[in-house]
Amino acid sequence: MAVSTTKSAYGQGIAQGLPFVLVIVPFGLLFGVVGTEAGLNLAEVMGFSVLVIAGAAQFTAVQLMTDNAPIVLILAASLTVNLRMAMYSASLVPHLGRATLWQRALVAYMNVDQLFAASSARYEQTPDEPLRDKLAFFFGVATPILPLWYGSTFGGATLGATVPPAFALDFALPITFLAMVGPLLRTLPHVAAAIVSASLALAFAWMPAGVGLLIAAAAACVTGAAVETWMEARG
Amino acid sequence: MTAGPTEIWLIIVLLGIGTFALRFSFLGLLGDRPLPGWAQKLLRYTPVAVFPGLVAPLVVWPAATGGTFDPPRVLAAAATIGVAVVTRNLLAAILAGAGTLYFGLWLL
Repeated sequence: MAVSTTKSAYGQGIAQGLPFVLVIVPFGLLFGVVGTEAGLNLAEVMGFSVLVIAGAAQFTAVQLMTDNAPIVLILAASLTVNLRMAMYSASLVPHLGRATLWQRALVAYMNVDQLFAASSARYEQTPDEPLRDKLAFFFGVATPILPLWYGSTFGGATLGATVPPAFALDFALPITFLAMVGPLLRTLPHVAAAIVSASLALAFAWMPAGVGLLIAAAAACVTGAAVETWMEARG
Repeated sequence: MTAGPTEIWLIIVLLGIGTFALRFSFLGLLGDRPLPGWAQKLLRYTPVAVFPGLVAPLVVWPAATGGTFDPPRVLAAAATIGVAVVTRNLLAAILAGAGTLYFGLWLL
C-alpha cells in the first residue's frame, strides 16, 4: 500500500514538473547561447548549469564577467540574486527536515525556483502526507526539469557559436531579465525597489564594474523594506 | 572577457558552493528557526533589487552599439517589461521583446 502511494506521489510530481519544461528549455538554451557568446567554452557553460543550477545567478555572473568585474563582486552580486533560496530552504524544513542528511543535501542541490514552487504548493495542500511521499513528489518534479536544464544548456552552447551578429543576441540577456522582473512588480514596495535599483545603477555606472550594482541593489532592498513598513504603519 | 580558465572555474565552483550553501542552510543545518522579520522583509526584494540595476545600463548604453543610445533596444526593453507586467508570462514577454527588437532594427 505504502509503496503504491509513494509511486503515485512520484508520478504526480512528474506531471506537475512537465509544464515547467516550457520555461526551463528556452532559459537553458539562452544561457548556453549567451555563455558561449561571452567567450565561455562548452565545459565552462555546462559547469555553470550543473554546479550552480540557478539560471538568473548564472546570467548575472556571465554579464559581470563580460564587464571584467573582480571575482569578489561577481560572486557577491550573483549570490545576492540567490538569497531567496535561503527562504525556500527555511520553508521546506517543516516538511522535509526529518529526511536523511543525504536526501536533504540532494533536495538542496536540486531546489530551483520551479521545483520549490510546485513542492511547497503541494505540501501546503497535504501537510500530513508521509515524508517518503513528500520526497517522492519532490524528486518526481525534478525528473523532467533537471535533465532538460542540462540538455538545453548543452544545446544552446553548441548552437551559440553559429548564431550570426544580425540576431542581436547581446540583447537576449536584458530581455530575459526584464521578463523576469515584470511579474515581480506586484506591489508599491516592489516597484519602488525596482526604480531605485535601475536609477542608482545608471547613476553609479562610472564606478568599477559591479560596485555600482551592489550599492544600487542594497539601496533597493532597503527601499522595498522601508516602503513596506511605511505602508503597514499607514494601514 | 579577460578572465582566464582558472578564474572562470574559480567563479563557477565558488558560485556553486555558495548557492548550495544557501539552499542547504535551514534544511541542512539551521533547522526550524524562523528568520527575523526584518531579514524576511529585506530578502523579499532581492530579485527586484538586482535585475533592474543589472539591466538598466545594458539598455541605455548597449555594448553592441559601442555604448551609444539605441532606440530599437530601448523600445524592445519597454515592450518586454510592459508585456511582462500585464501578462505575468515570461515567454510572452521574451517574445514581445525579441519581436520589437527585430522589427525596430529592421525599420530604423
